[in-house]
Amino acid sequence: MILSTSLNSTSYSFIDKLKAIDYFLIIIVAIIGSISVFSIYSTESGNFSFYTKNHLTRFLVFFSMFLVISFVRVSFWYRQAYIFYILGILLLLLVIFFGISASGSKRWINLFIMNLQPSELMKIAIIVCFARYYHRIQSSDIQSYKYLLQPIILLLIPCYLVITQPDLGTAILIAGSGLAIIWLAGLNLKYFIYSGLILLVSLPFVISILKPYQKSRILTFFNPDRDPLGAGYQIIQSKIAIGSGGLLGKGFLQGTQSYLEFLPEKHTDFIFTLFSEEFGFVGSMLLILLYALLIYRIIRIGFFSRSFFAKLYCYGFASALFLYIFVNIAMVVGLLPIVGAPLPIMSYGGSSMLSIMLGLSIVMSCKIYSRDPIGN
Amino acid sequence: MIKKIGNLNKNKIISRRLFVLVAAKIGLIGIVTSRLYNLQISQKQKYEVLSDKNRIREWKTPPQRGIITDYFNNVIADNQRVYQVHLSLEEVSNFNNSIFKLKNIISLKEDEIKKIYEKKEKSKPWDTLIISENLSWKEFSKLNLYLHELDGAKPVLSTSRYYPYSNDLVHVVGYVGDATAQEIQNKKKIQENFVPGLKVGKIGIENSKDTDLIGNHGTKRYEVNASGKKISEISYNKETQGQNLRTTIDLEIQQLAQELLKNQAGSICVMDIFTGEVITMASSPTYDPNKFTHGISNKDWNEIKNNKLRPLLNKSLAGLYSPGSTIKPLVALAALEYGIIDTKFKVNCKGHDHPYELYGERYHCWKKNGHGWMSMRNAIKQSCDIYFYEVARLLGVDKLSLIAKRYGLGSKVLEDFFSEEKKGIVPSTKWKKQVLDQSWYLGETVITGIGQGYIQTTPLQLCLMTAQLANGGYKIKPNLIYDKEINLDAIKSKIESEKNKSVSQNILKDHEFKYYERLYRNPNNLKFVLDAMYGSTNEQFGTSFRSRHKEDKYKFAGKTGTSQVKRITDQDRELDLELEEIEYKSRDHALFIAFAPYDKPRYSLSVLIEHGGSGSKAAAPLANKLIKKILDRHGLREKIRKDLKNIA
Repeated sequence: MILSTSLNSTSYSFIDKLKAIDYFLIIIVAIIGSISVFSIYSTESGNFSFYTKNHLTRFLVFFSMFLVISFVRVSFWYRQAYIFYILGILLLLLVIFFGISASGSKRWINLFIMNLQPSELMKIAIIVCFARYYHRIQSSDIQSYKYLLQPIILLLIPCYLVITQPDLGTAILIAGSGLAIIWLAGLNLKYFIYSGLILLVSLPFVISILKPYQKSRILTFFNPDRDPLGAGYQIIQSKIAIGSGGLLGKGFLQGTQSYLEFLPEKHTDFIFTLFSEEFGFVGSMLLILLYALLIYRIIRIGFFSRSFFAKLYCYGFASALFLYIFVNIAMVVGLLPIVGAPLPIMSYGGSSMLSIMLGLSIVMSCKIYSRDPIGN
Repeated sequence: MIKKIGNLNKNKIISRRLFVLVAAKIGLIGIVTSRLYNLQISQKQKYEVLSDKNRIREWKTPPQRGIITDYFNNVIADNQRVYQVHLSLEEVSNFNNSIFKLKNIISLKEDEIKKIYEKKEKSKPWDTLIISENLSWKEFSKLNLYLHELDGAKPVLSTSRYYPYSNDLVHVVGYVGDATAQEIQNKKKIQENFVPGLKVGKIGIENSKDTDLIGNHGTKRYEVNASGKKISEISYNKETQGQNLRTTIDLEIQQLAQELLKNQAGSICVMDIFTGEVITMASSPTYDPNKFTHGISNKDWNEIKNNKLRPLLNKSLAGLYSPGSTIKPLVALAALEYGIIDTKFKVNCKGHDHPYELYGERYHCWKKNGHGWMSMRNAIKQSCDIYFYEVARLLGVDKLSLIAKRYGLGSKVLEDFFSEEKKGIVPSTKWKKQVLDQSWYLGETVITGIGQGYIQTTPLQLCLMTAQLANGGYKIKPNLIYDKEINLDAIKSKIESEKNKSVSQNILKDHEFKYYERLYRNPNNLKFVLDAMYGSTNEQFGTSFRSRHKEDKYKFAGKTGTSQVKRITDQDRELDLELEEIEYKSRDHALFIAFAPYDKPRYSLSVLIEHGGSGSKAAAPLANKLIKKILDRHGLREKIRKDLKNIA
């Protein structure tokens, strides 16, 4: 009790907090945000209409939210970590009963001001939850079955709920984020190898329970020309768009593939394709560099944090963020099957933006309250 | 303290694990980067092409056919403005509905609608369908009135083939029609330039010179979106019109010839005896080529097809006729050239009571009472059959065949220019053995001497034969399309040099002659024959004496011919029926060959009237009118020739 009071009593003046803010990170987010607005503007052939307006509004709202929530003490997140997780699960259950369906899957809840996709929030919740979980466990205990089983169950529940929506992409991202923290916490390498082998062995079974469209996506991945006007269309057109962009791209608003509507889902999953078509190899590399800087800043914050929670969270979030970006880009350049994973900040979509900004504000909170020892 | 050590340890583990993760991330960024490099730098061109293929779609635009003119630049095959309605398939929401509406506005017939549906089956979704090629102004304006109700329908101003002298030149110029699948497949030029609605030549010059006339299609490139909608025109590679052609035809003479042949079946050919230019090639009856341009109706087609006088047959070069007595100058020439007889050789023609007899077979002269003692000149002039029976017998069919071929019989005059042209038959003992596997009879030689029996010629061959006799015995190159390589002065000087060439005995043997080479052994033989032809037209008792011109400048020489279509029986001879009393199909063909002017020959002609009766009554009188016209226009033609030479 005494310990906890002394913890909470760690005080920061407002000036201290302002000084502690990582402005560099904010600037990077703002830059990526601006690029995303221009990209969405380009998907509408240079008309400032529905998508651009919505995206701009969302970005401004959630960016502001990010800045405000950054001042919430990191210990709050620590304390509420499991609540956050449970809330996420409840929302996922709510989707089953009250969800809105679109193009064959039930992923959203109508919140009147926006359609919330709980699986996106779950991506953050699982990181917070696991950070807290491993925060307290001694490194010597991590290898015990008790501490191995608990997080696996915690991870499987949301993954199962998301897969059944069905949303394979998000489920993979949630699982990947969770596994990243388990890895960081120090679980023996052999477990990863074993589970990897088990996954490989059970692959035929997994494929057999996949939905037909998911199967065709995977088959298409291996041979896009199998059905160039059907399942392979997206990836073929995406590669054409990116490839024809060349070194410097076709120029802003000049991307013929997207302008002439050859590119599907250009606002959401294929926004990188549009950007890459218009700004070429150089533009793509600059965007990837911005993302790398963002991840670097997040890791750096974790590095200078004192608590394990903050460290695990920052490293975990950075890894998750990397995973989102990698999966999305690898998908649109044809390195991975099309699974439906948005590009953080760039893609059109409120829930994704919300979860990224929320995740970032917890990172920022770690930075501002880096001296908070939390729970030790 | 233990806890502290544990924490330190934990810290270390996390940092180490992070290091591994970061390393993995860098590796993955490397993979993505190399992939982007591969797509955007290494394979850029491939994807650029694919992107252009996506966004650019080409439409071919039809070329205009070249214009065909006569020698004097009168347009004989033109392109005329027509009103059409096209249907742009990608803009049509309901095809059946659109056709139904169109049917009510422009009154499409059932079979036309069926054709449209057939065409639609073969079209691509972004193609344009030609619904009607030739709308009347009334239909066109009505269409424009209702246009707002017809999605995808487009009123189009286009051009199509038009023959201003419709019937007069159909056998020369031919006509056009839609390309058949076979034509598209077999003819490279058509395949390369095919555009829906492209017209191709079916017969005549339109067909022979199709490759020159078609021109090259244009290409419009449009940027299209993913659903195929045109966004903007990127480039327009304009179509080029086909080559214009100048023929050697004289429109006025051609028209006169057609006029003279009106209501009869027959042919008139006129040729320049030096340049080989075909000045007129008329065939009767004719039909209207304009009817074929947009597809001929069944009714019109049946009318043409069922006409007993066979308008579809180009009689000048695809009609085969026994030359009859028009062959006689050639028989005489052959006998003189081989030295079988001389000009003083005489035969007594004693009339039907005392016919020519050979191995018990009797051969009659056309003249009932006989000609009496005939010398060669008189025999040609009065066309005595008995004389030529005897000359042919002495000459033999093989020598006659050799000379006949040399002067243009038995081979295609215009080579492969017209697919329908016939070679005819110049019989010989060898020919009969080869083709009929039979031996030759002397009796067959005898009738070949008066142009009957196996021998078959086209009117154009007779015209060429006359030309090559009249020009003094030189091989010429007949042509129908103006050819600047054919130069009158050059030809004349070549002939002049040939004249003085010493000839070997070989000239009497079978061998290939080059153009403008001399065909004769002794020029006096030719002179004699031509003079006999002069007599035939300009002296009393000559068979075409009544058709002569008295004015010196129009004076011409000719030879009549009457070719039997069936064997004349003794009963026929007895009855001696007037032409009108004989059934049409059994009447003789009337022929006439001539050259003019006599003193300085320049033009040759042949006239044929199917079942016209005797050559002197039915054919020769036409030559009279024609020759006046031809010679009247000579100056004008020479002026054009000079102009064309100066241009070249």
